[in-house]
Amino acid sequence: MAVLEVRNLSKSFGSLEVLKDISFKVEKGQVIAVIGPSGSGKSTLLRCINQLEKADGGSVCVCGMDMLQKNKSGKTVYADNKILREIRLKIGLVFQNFNLFPHMTVLKNVTEAPIRVLKMPKDKAESLALELLGKMGLEDKANSYPYELSGGQQQRVSIARALALNPEVLFFDEPTSALDPELTGQVLKVIKELADNNMTMVIVTHEMAFARDVANYVVFMDGGVIIEEGSPEQVFGNTSNERTKQFLSRYNQG
Amino acid sequence: MTGEEIGKVVEILLEYLVPTLKVFGYTLLFSVPLGMVVALLRMCRIKPVSWLTSLYILIMRGTPLMLQVIVVYYAVPYLKNSQAVPGLLRNFLSQIDIRADSFMLSAILVAFTLNYAAYFAEIFRGGIESIPKGQYEAAFSLSMTKTQTFFRIILPQVIKRVVPASANEVITLIKDTSLANVVSYAEITLKARQQMQLYSSLMPLFIAGLFYFAMSLVLTVIFSFIEKKLDYYK
Repeated sequence: MAVLEVRNLSKSFGSLEVLKDISFKVEKGQVIAVIGPSGSGKSTLLRCINQLEKADGGSVCVCGMDMLQKNKSGKTVYADNKILREIRLKIGLVFQNFNLFPHMTVLKNVTEAPIRVLKMPKDKAESLALELLGKMGLEDKANSYPYELSGGQQQRVSIARALALNPEVLFFDEPTSALDPELTGQVLKVIKELADNNMTMVIVTHEMAFARDVANYVVFMDGGVIIEEGSPEQVFGNTSNERTKQFLSRYNQG
Repeated sequence: MTGEEIGKVVEILLEYLVPTLKVFGYTLLFSVPLGMVVALLRMCRIKPVSWLTSLYILIMRGTPLMLQVIVVYYAVPYLKNSQAVPGLLRNFLSQIDIRADSFMLSAILVAFTLNYAAYFAEIFRGGIESIPKGQYEAAFSLSMTKTQTFFRIILPQVIKRVVPASANEVITLIKDTSLANVVSYAEITLKARQQMQLYSSLMPLFIAGLFYFAMSLVLTVIFSFIEKKLDYYK
């Protein structure tokens, strides 16, 4: 069973069609990089799957639970709130701007959801958080506040925060776009380690070298549609698609 | 005035500090939570609710507090003689002794609470709306409920942001309590006026002024302490 299956997803903002008939699948252990120019619909796709935007049509199925589907009369409907919440628990999300809770220490940022949402005992949540922070190389920052950390450290905390709910799949929305190149490296290293440990991930990114190196599947989007998808070797090295070539050549020049 | 007379005035004013503090304390106690409710109603997505709340705020902020106190206070004797009021309510109103301290205080508190809640509501609304959308989205994607998101994530950050503006309101409130004397509620300002007439001296008014000044000073210190306490994050 696929962790995530999206079929014919569409979404418009007013008269602007942002997503047109998007279909793709995420299998367990896959690391998918979603690439494409700004405004191609990558982030909207990710936000629709994470219920931060309402899709207009199509179906989304997460771990066997239908989040969005057509009902008998052909209307696209969302599942009830209980199921939607269940689905959110299966999906972790890492934001471009981290969105850490500034009034909580790093440790509390990570333990908040396990304690409040999973009703995990405090000591268990804390040892889990410390373990995750250790993996992120941040064990000594547990009692710091987010403002005391660099952007790269903040982003690693937000990865730990998402992982604390033990999601089936982790989404990244341009996780390094707000970081300078040096800090970007720290975050990419952590994501690579997660990939090596078979974490299922979908990464919206502008880091082509990273996408090529870490992803085992690449989706290229433009104008709200998936132009091309396949292995990194195929998309980056061997594409016959003119649009993909054009997009990648600009990156290769840069 | 002799030193002894001044001592007497101070003693009397100290005694009437209690009713002043009652108006202050109860108004705060009621208007802060009510202000929070009004702020949420003002941001309500159901348009008529939001409009009605805006109208309420507009009226409360657009008319003098003193006038509002007078209206609430004299509404009772007026309504109990009005044929337009249903008999049951008239009966109830006619039992009220408008010269009773307890009624004066109630009328003052109704007017003060409604007025201050409107001001607090606008401060709180500004605070709530200044929290970035990303905070809600992060809590949402962590499967937190709306209640958890509000009380655990949003409210603590709002409190920090509204402390400076709220301090302003609270310090204004301690001085606004003097408006209670307009319905002859015995508090510091009313007593200071009586003492002024008794001794034919401005001194009681200056002493009353010192009282207000001292209370404002204490509040300023308390609020700067709170601000410092909340300074542990940025």
